Parts: sequence; C-alpha cells; structure tokens
Amino acid sequence: MTCVHLLLTLVFAVSLGTPVEIQGPRGVPLTSIQFYVENKPFTCLDGSRTIPFDRVNDDYCDCKDGSDEPGTAACPNGSFHCTNAGYRTMFIPSSRINDGICDCCDTTDEYNSGAKCENTCKELGRKEREVLQKMTEITKEGFLLKQHLIEEAKKGHQEKQIKVTDMQENKKQLDEKVEVLRTVKETAEQPEKEAKERHLKAWEEQKAAIRLEKDKAKMAEAFLELDDNADGFVSVSELQSHAELDADADGTLTETEAQGLMGGAEQVDMSTFESVWPNIKDKYHSEVSREEEPAPVETPPDEVKEPVVDNDSEPYPEDDISEEEDEDDEDEDDYHEDDDKVYHTENLSKNIEKELSFDFGPDAEFTYLYSQCYELTTGEYIYRLCPFNRVSQKPKYGGSETNLGTWGSWSGPENNKYLLMKYEHGTGCWQGPNRSTTVKLTCGKETVVTSTSEPSRCEYLMEFTTPAVCQEPANTDLSPHDHVEL
Amino acid sequence: MQGPEVLLSLNSRGLLAFEHLRLHKDTQAQPDGAEVKESVDGDQQQDEGEKGEDGESDKEEVGLWEETFKSHTDTKPNGPTSISLDFSLPGVEHVYGIPEHADDLKLKTTDGGDPYRLYNLDVFQYELYNPMALYGSIPVMLAHNTQRTMGIFWLNAAETWVDISSNTTGKTVFGKMLDFVQGSSENPQTDVRWISESGIIDVFIMLGPKPSDVFSQYASLTGTQSFPPLASLGYHQCRWNYNDQEDVKSVDQGFDQHDIPYDFIWLDIEHADGKRYFTWDPHKFPQPKEMLQGLMDKKRKMVAIVDPHIRVDSGYKIHNEITSKDFYVKNKDGRNYEGWCWPGNSGYPDFTKPEMRAWWASMFAYDQYEGSMENLFTWNDMNEPSVFNGPEVTMHKDALHGKWEHRDIHNIYGLYVQMATAEGQTRRSGGVERPFVLTRAFFAGSQRYGAVWTGDNAAEWDHLKISIPMCLSLGLVGVSFCGADVGGFFKNPSTELLVRWYQTGAYQPFFRAHAHLDTTRREPWLFGPENTALIREVIRQRYALLPYWYQLLYQAHKTGMPVMRPLWVDYPKDTATFTIDDEFLIGRDLLVHPVTEEGSRGVTAYLPGAGEVWYDVHTFQKHNGAQNLYIPVTLSSIPVFQRGGSIIPRKDRVRRSSTCMENDPYTLYVALSPKKFAEGELYIDDGHSFNYDTKKEFIHRSLTFANNALTSNNLCPNCNFLTSSWIEKVLILGASKPSKVLLKMDGKETPVDFEFDTSMSVLTLRKPGMNAGADWTLLLQ
Repeated sequence: MTCVHLLLTLVFAVSLGTPVEIQGPRGVPLTSIQFYVENKPFTCLDGSRTIPFDRVNDDYCDCKDGSDEPGTAACPNGSFHCTNAGYRTMFIPSSRINDGICDCCDTTDEYNSGAKCENTCKELGRKEREVLQKMTEITKEGFLLKQHLIEEAKKGHQEKQIKVTDMQENKKQLDEKVEVLRTVKETAEQPEKEAKERHLKAWEEQKAAIRLEKDKAKMAEAFLELDDNADGFVSVSELQSHAELDADADGTLTETEAQGLMGGAEQVDMSTFESVWPNIKDKYHSEVSREEEPAPVETPPDEVKEPVVDNDSEPYPEDDISEEEDEDDEDEDDYHEDDDKVYHTENLSKNIEKELSFDFGPDAEFTYLYSQCYELTTGEYIYRLCPFNRVSQKPKYGGSETNLGTWGSWSGPENNKYLLMKYEHGTGCWQGPNRSTTVKLTCGKETVVTSTSEPSRCEYLMEFTTPAVCQEPANTDLSPHDHVEL
Repeated sequence: MQGPEVLLSLNSRGLLAFEHLRLHKDTQAQPDGAEVKESVDGDQQQDEGEKGEDGESDKEEVGLWEETFKSHTDTKPNGPTSISLDFSLPGVEHVYGIPEHADDLKLKTTDGGDPYRLYNLDVFQYELYNPMALYGSIPVMLAHNTQRTMGIFWLNAAETWVDISSNTTGKTVFGKMLDFVQGSSENPQTDVRWISESGIIDVFIMLGPKPSDVFSQYASLTGTQSFPPLASLGYHQCRWNYNDQEDVKSVDQGFDQHDIPYDFIWLDIEHADGKRYFTWDPHKFPQPKEMLQGLMDKKRKMVAIVDPHIRVDSGYKIHNEITSKDFYVKNKDGRNYEGWCWPGNSGYPDFTKPEMRAWWASMFAYDQYEGSMENLFTWNDMNEPSVFNGPEVTMHKDALHGKWEHRDIHNIYGLYVQMATAEGQTRRSGGVERPFVLTRAFFAGSQRYGAVWTGDNAAEWDHLKISIPMCLSLGLVGVSFCGADVGGFFKNPSTELLVRWYQTGAYQPFFRAHAHLDTTRREPWLFGPENTALIREVIRQRYALLPYWYQLLYQAHKTGMPVMRPLWVDYPKDTATFTIDDEFLIGRDLLVHPVTEEGSRGVTAYLPGAGEVWYDVHTFQKHNGAQNLYIPVTLSSIPVFQRGGSIIPRKDRVRRSSTCMENDPYTLYVALSPKKFAEGELYIDDGHSFNYDTKKEFIHRSLTFANNALTSNNLCPNCNFLTSSWIEKVLILGASKPSKVLLKMDGKETPVDFEFDTSMSVLTLRKPGMNAGADWTLLLQ
C-alpha cells in the first residue's frame, strides 16, 4: 500500500512539479495552488474579502489571515511554503522571508535580502535519509532485542512466581524446623534468650506461637528451679521459698496461700505444674539473676541509609547478634542458621514480590532494567541511574553521593507513558526543592545513559536509550527511493 | 527669588554644618587652621544629626574616631567629617528623585522616621516602601508645583542622608482648602536637609522653570543618557544561569519554535571559569565563539557578566596584571584590600584611577577577552561594591583609593566600573560601535554609560508595582534606560504574575527577564500555549514600537528628557497627576497603565489633559482627557493610549530580532487632536554605530498633520543616511472620510488607495510607498 502511495505521489510531483512552481505565486504550497488563479480576483482563504490578483504578494497585507501575501513578510500571521526539493517541504512564518537569515534549504525565503544562501537541500536530504536509515536499523534491531527482553521477562516472571510459591513452601518448613530447634534452645542461657527475643520481635507472624514456647520453657525452668530437692515434684514448701508469690502482699507466702496456688495439692509433678504455672508466672522471680530486657534492635531509618545494593528491605542485624553470642553451641548455630534462612527466604520472597509489583511495561519489556545501574561520567560528575530505584550523582574527584530522586512513576504523555520516568524526593536543595530527575527514554540498541542536564535548579533531565521502547518498525524500505529527488 | 517670590532658601533653618577637620587629640589638640572652613554666617548651629558634634566642645563623643558595626570596625583616621545643609522650598508640596529607593514616586516626609539613605549596597531581598539604601545613589531631588519645577543636585559621593519635612503633612485636602479660603495660615512648604558623611558642600540648583528645563540643566552638569544600540531596546532573555552552550542553543531555538522575538541572551556568573571574569568555563562553554557565531547567524547577541571583584589567584591573568600594576584598592594599612565575593577571596580594582580604567577597558579588546566577538556585550553586577564579609556587605570605609578613603567615594565606585567597561567596548571597535553595558550600582552621571536595572527584586505583585515608581524616579534624574527583572528575580512567579510582568516590562525602557538560580525555568513558552501566546503578543507589541523607543532614546540623549515619565512632566499644571505612579508616559505620546493587581478585572486610568483626547492603541476607541477612565481588563489587556495630536511610527512587521527588522517598512499612527492636528518625529540610523554622531549619518524628520495634509519635513538637512525602509501604511485615528487621497512627492501627485472604518473613524492609507527618508505630503481631499 505505502509503496503504491509513494509511487503515486512521485508521479504526481514529477509530472506537475516544475511547471507549477513557476505559475503559482511565491510561497504557496501545491495543495492551495488552485486558490491563486492568475488575473482572477483573489478571495482571502478565510473568505473575509476579495481583492484584485495584483494585490497578491504585492508586499502589503490585505487579508486578515495573511493569505494574500504567502511570499512576502507583509502579514504578521502569514506562512511561507518552501518546496525544498531533495529534502522535506516546510512552512516558515512569513516574518522570516527576506530577514537575512537562510531558513529554507532551497534558499527561496531569501530572494531579496542580499543574504548569501546556499541550496543545502540535497545534503540535508542525504543526511536525513542516512539518519532515518540508521534509525530504522536501530529500531529494527532494537525491536528484535525488545522481543528477547519480553521473552526473558516472561520466563523470569514465571520462574519468579514459582520461586515465590516454592519459597513460601520452603518457609513453612523452615518455620517448623525453627520451632523444633527453638524448644531445645529455650533451655539455654539468658543472653541467648534475649537475642532470641529480638528475633521474635522481627518475626511478627510467629510471635504468639513463640511466646507460648517461651512460656513453656520458662515453666520448665521454673519447675527445675523450684524443685530444690530434684525429686521431680514441686512441693508447697518449695514454693514457699518464693515470697514474691505472696497473694495478700503481707510479705510472707503462707502454707495455705502456697497450697492455694497449687490448686490444693501438696506437691505437683511437671505435667501438673502446667496448671499451677499460670497462677504464679506473673510474679515468679527466677533464682538466676535476670538481666534487663534488651532494647529493640535499632535499624537505621531509610532516608539516612543509601544502600548501594538495590534492596529496600532492612538488613538482618547480624552484627548486633554476634556480639552477644559469646558461647555458641551447636544447637544455637543450627537455630540461627535456620532463622537466617527464614529471614533470607522472607526477604527474597518480599523482593520478588516487590519486583513483581512494578509496572515493567505492557509486555514487561523493562524488567531487565530492574536491579541494574547505568552510569554516565561528565566533566564534573558521575551520574548513576538505577531504574525503578534511584538516580544519584557523585563528584568525579571525591565527595559524597547526592540522591537525585527515587523511583516515582512513569510519566510520559498519555499515549505512551513509558517514554518518561520520574524520580522524586531526592536530597533537598538549599533554599530549593527536593532534587528530582526526569529520565527520557529513546529507542536504542544499547542500554545507556547518553546525557544529563539540570535545566532548572535541582531538576535533572537524563536521556537514556533502551531497546525496550523501540516500536515495531513500519514495514518500509527507504533504499529504492534514494535516488529520487523531488 | 523671582520678583517678590521666594523660590528656595538655603540654611533657613540654620542646619548648615560641617566638621572642622582636626587631628586626633592623641596627637594634637589644635586643628590646622588652613584646613578649617568657616561657617557661612559664623553661627554654626548645634547639629542634631547623629554624626554631628559641637566643634568647640572638648567632650568626646563615642564614634568620632572609631565606629563599630557588628564585627566591623571603621578606624576613621580623619575623625568626624560630616557636612549638612538645609533647603526650604516655599510653595512646594511635591518632591521627587534621590533614587534608589523602593518607594513611591512622590517622596514622603521623614519626620519621625529614617531619612532617605543614599549608600550603594547589595541588599538581599530588599523591602518595599522604605527609605533604606539600595544599589545606586543619585543625589538629585526635584521640586515641583504648578508654577515651577526646580532641582537640587548635592554632588557628594559619600554616604548621604536626606530628611524631608513639610508643613502640610497630615493636613487633609479639606484642611488645605480651609487655609486657602481663609487666606490665612502658611504657604505650603517643604524643607529638605542633606547630610553627608564627608566631602565638601557642593550644590547645584536647577531653577527650571519647566520640567524640561530642569532636565536640560541637570544634563548640562552630568551629561545625558547614552544612545544605546537599537537592539538593546529589544527583549532580553536572562537567567542565572544558562547552563552551557547546549542550553543557550536550545533556548535560542525555543524562541524560533514559538515565534517569539528576542535580541539578547544573557549569561550570569556561572559562565566564567571559577568566577574568573573574562574567561569561560571550559566544560560548559568550551567554544564561546562558536556559540556567539550561532547567535550572530540569527542576528542576535549575548551579554556575559563581568563583575568588579577579581579572584585572588596567581593563575589568573587579570589578577596578576592588576597586582603587578598595583591597581587594587588598599586597606587602611596599605596592603591590597581583600574581601569575599562569588569567587571566594577577591581583590577590588581601584576604578577611581584613570590608568586602572584605561587598562580595564583594554581587557575588552578581542585579543584580550578570549572568546569574545562583536555581538558579546557586558553586564556589571555587584559594583556597589559588594563585599560579602564587609560591613553592610560592602567595602570598609577606611579602605584606600590612593589618598582618598573609600568613605569619600563609595557611591561613585559603581559608576566608574561601568564607565571603564563601556569605554572598553567602544575601544574594541576602534570607537565605531556603541557599547551596551548594564549596571546595578550607579551615581549621578551613570546615564552616560548604559542601562540600569533595579536589582534583585522578587516574584511578588508588589515588586511588579514598585518597578514603575523606581524607574520613574531614575528617569527624573537622568537615567532613562531603566528596567526591572521581568518575572522577579527571587522566587517563582505565578503564571498570571509572569504574564502581567511581561505586559508591564514591555512598556519600560530596559526589557529583560531574569531569574534566580534556585527558581524553576520560566522561558516564555513553559506556561501553556495560551500564556505563550499572551507573552508573544506583548513582546511583539514592544518590537512594533521600537522605532518610537529608539527615537525617544535619541531625544533623551540629545536633550536629557526622560523616556519613561511621570504624567506631571507633560502636565505640570495638573495637580491630579502629581502623585500618580501606577501609570506613566512613554515620551509624550503613549500613556500606559499596567495591570499590577492579581485577578484584576479592571483598572482606573487617569487620562490627563483637559480638552485633549486619547486613543486606545488596540481598539482605536477615543477617550476624553482629564478623566478617570475605568477599563475592564482580561489577562490579555494592556491599557495603552496614544495621545490625540501625536504621530507614532511603528514597524508592524515583527521579526525574530530587531536587526532582522532593519529594512522593514513603517506604519504611521496618526492620532488626531480635537483640532485635527498631530505631530511626531521619525529617527533612523544604522542602529549600532557612532556614525550618527561622527558622520551625521541619520535621518531625522518631523511629521505633521495639519489642514488635512500629512507632511514629512527634514529636521537635519545636512545629514546623510540612506534607508531602504518605506512607508507601507498610514493610520489616521479620529479622521473623517476623504473623497480622495493624493501623495505629493517630487512635484508629482499620485492617488493613494484608502479605507475608512466609520465605527472607529479610522482612515487607513494603503501602501503610499514613499521612502522613509524622503520629503512628501499626503493630501486628504
């Protein structure tokens, strides 16, 4: 279709082109030529008035729409048509006619200004075709690459889905294993317990269950402590040694009171102690001196930290833990190892879930950019774009990194929002706004940051090429028309 | 005195005072008799000013020999040196001038408040309606009443204070009328007192009597406005900063894409390599000539900033040369004075030295100022001088310029910077091309060297408003080429404010948009197509009127008449005009009432002149003079009126720069008075060289419409200049329909086509076609 169409235009232009140019008034495009008929009164194209033909292009503006002066600068709102044979035709404001500046490559706009213009249309046409051809090639190859990217993204997506499911399964198993190990661990010393408690805190969903476990361990411990004679029973007298359990707060735990706590029994064994434990656990003081509850582990706030690794989740506070673990035993190692695994798995699955939540384009073609970073070094700075994460700038010759914005949203025009990325809420500017960056995406074979600028203070603009935005090339081949110069 | 009438009296309040120069009591008690100037009438009054002191008293007052301001100490080696004199102006209620202050046009009385201060300072975010000192000082005051205009020029460059009091302050109009009816009471009178920190009492009284007489009398003392290149009257696009060559290129292209004309793009301090002026940042501006050539190809120009603080850096040619020639200002101990400014530690060249100025001027030669070309011009900022770590952000008063203390010359330092820069630009072309230099600091006489702007204003409606009285005040004391940063320098303007500011700035002499580094971009096309169209339209109106602006600048250059004027200058007997400063005249013939209120739906403009008429320049609607006219406005409205009785030449074919319009034809806008009369002028030259002056290469014609004939007469028969411009159209406003129109030229009569619009009484003569420099007459029959 297109070929036929082009060919028709070609025939039309070739057959009519040259003679029409001479007959029509200066500056009139082919499409309007029929309105300008030699020696016949001319009606302004807006129909506002009719004037004798000799007032067309007589360097005086008669029509409000400027249509009587297509070839002079007389009308403020006129436009001049340059044919630009060999290149693209174009309209210029008529104020550019004879202003001493060459605007049309065919020099037709400067016919009376003394400006020395050279016809550059052939050269421009050639260059444009080269560029177009190159662009077509790039688009073609880029589009192929894009297909791969889409394929990979699909695969990756499925794998990740499976992984997430796997991991969720895996996590369940691990959780169970952790619980088993935990029970063993509960008997261990107090500092470890504290470390454990911290873990529990982080491990929100398991909290309740673990608390129960802990309680059980405490109970066991208490039982062992209370069973002074190690006969396997806690007796009333043994309980009486714990004055803090005194119910009427008179300072002494009477035999009756103790017996009351034990549900009327003289002595209880381990299993019966379970029913006694709820009565006393709130008041019960272990004989082993108890340290202060450890403060919750502080994780540094998000804003301060600028992780180089693209990982938004909080790191596992290993350092803090190892400090407290002076005496490791095997169980403990196992426990931590598995607990680590839980965390790790959890993070991983969270990350993957997060990743899956991003809008990677209609065909997920932008997926490959995730967790990648691209750098551009300019005169003064190294700019770094980590798509879907952040943009930063670092002085070339030392100095700290500045956050130019974290991932905000796709913000291209309505018809294709995937042409612009917006990164927002970067480091604040002195007396100014928070830094932000707009990333402009263009089709390219390679994925590179091609330029950066700061058009407004603290508002950065980054140009970025990627195959992911390459559109399917129109199925035209320019080469057969190369020789055509209209 | 004029007849029995006292016009002005000196020392009537006995405030003439001066310090006897003396040595510090540590060294000698007896002053050197030779240096003592005797008081005129012998009885020196007790000085009530804070610096004053009774010479005979042995009692030492604090601050006589040393003053401390914040952490700064002024050593005052000469002790107190202040001078003072009072002037009484009987019959005067309105005084004007003494810029620069961000205040109303009519000066206020200062009773109970601070006097108006004249001390050139780099003020950060200045306050409005305040007598505080700003960037420039012109110690000239005008006094006006219905009978006479006079001027007082207190020639002193030291820190100066002006106190104004009036016996009618606080009196209501009714009170004044009562006084008048009863014939009792006192004649209104304004008393003015001038105080300077040092120097001599050197006063010039301009006696008028007409406003134009005062302007020419003052011009005879300090010179007239320099005649700027035509292009500098076009639109200037500035920003701190256009980042690099690519940025300059894309902004330049933006103007073409949106079909908005402009002539100059400006570069602020970031363009230089480490704020070393006369250099270019090697990364951002590696090919300045390529950039300038690109602009030249479009007949456009550039301004790059050159400030007077010089980076102390042994690798910097300018610094090294100034050091080796010993051209820096010295501190009190005789070592080079150093202070902090943009580049960090900086020296300040002593521009009061003629040798220094000559050397500075030589630095603008094309082979010295690398990367410069003939379309590169200059902007002198920070020339108060600004010293970030100095007292009040300026130079220490005890710094030395040769033998003179900085205190003695402070207010004239900025003038010398601009003088030397303008001289450099003239010299680089061998004296052929006119310079264009913008300055922030100024003094009496600065008008001779270029343009002035009102410094670092803010994107606020009140700042837009104040731009009018600020430039009007400057115009009254010689500085016609004045403007304010369009859009406001600090902060981001709302779109409405920006549009309104363009509409105001386009009708002020120096028309430049500028913005602070921290603001968001605001090139005219960044606010949506509607606003782009509004801004395009007003810039086009500016360009169409360039012939008129140019002619007015020529007139200012020749006669000292201000370009942008308060109404009372042309209506000196109309008391209703005396306090108007929300509208103004451009020349005699255009009256502008900018819209400076947010969300405004209408303005009330005062049209002066009983028996006169004014024509709305957009609709040609005729209005009578001497009335307050309510004008409904929309965002596109700019109330502008042409005076009935005037002829204004325009170039209605607006192109992308003023230079592109050089050979374009003129349209004459003939606005008839009720007596069917009109007159105007047409001035044409090459627009950029001194040939108008040195070779009389210009066309100056009078245009007169009388007895139904419009005639062009040569005002300079021995001038020679050829123009290819012609008269494409003549609009006669307030005309009646003729039966035919004839062009009489070279002894021949040819008929001219015309159209008549009955509804607005506008006669349009179609393409009479005569050359703009020719003698001709158009006859309406």
